Amino acid sequence: MISNILVIVASAAIINNFVFKQLLGICPFLGVSNKVETSLGMGAAVTFVMAMASAVTWALQTYVLETYNLEYLQTIMFILVVATLVQLVEMFIKKSSPTLYKALGVFLPLITTNCAVLGVALLNVRSDYDIFESVFSGIGAAIGFTIALVLLAGIREKLEEFELPKAFDGLPIVLISAGIIALAFTGFQGFF
Amino acid sequence: MGNFLKDIKNGIITENPVFVMLLGMCPTLGITTVAINGIGMGLATTFVLLGSNIVISLLRKVIPSEVRIPSFIVIIATFVTLVDMLMNAYFPDLHGALGVFIPLIVVNCLILQRAEAMASKNKLNRAIGDAVGMGLGFTIAITSLAAIREILGNGTLFDFTVIPNYTPFRIMNESSGAFIALGFMLAFIKWYQLRKGGSRA
Repeated sequence: MISNILVIVASAAIINNFVFKQLLGICPFLGVSNKVETSLGMGAAVTFVMAMASAVTWALQTYVLETYNLEYLQTIMFILVVATLVQLVEMFIKKSSPTLYKALGVFLPLITTNCAVLGVALLNVRSDYDIFESVFSGIGAAIGFTIALVLLAGIREKLEEFELPKAFDGLPIVLISAGIIALAFTGFQGFF
Repeated sequence: MGNFLKDIKNGIITENPVFVMLLGMCPTLGITTVAINGIGMGLATTFVLLGSNIVISLLRKVIPSEVRIPSFIVIIATFVTLVDMLMNAYFPDLHGALGVFIPLIVVNCLILQRAEAMASKNKLNRAIGDAVGMGLGFTIAITSLAAIREILGNGTLFDFTVIPNYTPFRIMNESSGAFIALGFMLAFIKWYQLRKGGSRA
């Protein structure tokens, strides 16, 4: 049981890293990886939403959609769950910890359109995970997303100090750096 | 009619969703290993964009502005479900190859952005022109990226051999190849624009 969950977390976080291997969640990956601090904040918010979304969508899939043969409503229901959760998390953090809300404020609404959140919910269903496996695969995916964000943010902070050819300045060099990190991540293939 | 053509040109060239506005990056990088995937994904996205733009433009005076984003998402998700089921029925191979990226069209920021910026503020004809232009621009952009990756990665294009006895450049089939190929494409476009701007000045 425990080793099974460890494999799921390690696989989602490192081996099949959501950003570098499965290419999900690229928009926030490129959008908010300017500074290490903000990417850690984004990572924390995404971890929370992903774990919650995995649990809720699992319950919805098992007890509602499959029980009443409504699987074709999966996409609509899941995106509504994600949007509602993001809204709830935003309200909860605003009331309970205004400091954290200030730090994360801007990024919270953006999580709805982070395709990694909906992606992990859909992939959980496709992999036939039970409730614990779903939640931990969500946490693993979020850890992987945070690792990717922080790695790229570190490189981008250094890149700002260099003079680059004009054509590569900005996003092109960021994409190529991300590609080289992704290449390093292929080294983890076949660990399990 | 003039406006319609202008909207289409705007979507394909001036405000190309991938190369200029950098929207919809997940499918752009995720499924562009072979050119046929690019066309399939591009046309599926165009269909969703067209459907959602039409419905949102028609309902723009009915939807209250406080709940417009959830309403847009439900409309978009409806069309995504339609595409998902139609592709599963008529193009099962393509549906299998695109996998989880088909339901994920729902969170393609391009579609929500067009709904918010264009369809919810304009009449039906402009919304249709915009959807066609943006959809074609997206299709052309991801198909060209996919074609480059397929030629470099397999030496084929749409499964026809382009370079005989080719030693494949394996990295292009991997996720890292997606980042690197798109990075070089964006750099090339920027270089071309800089050169053009320089000669005019």
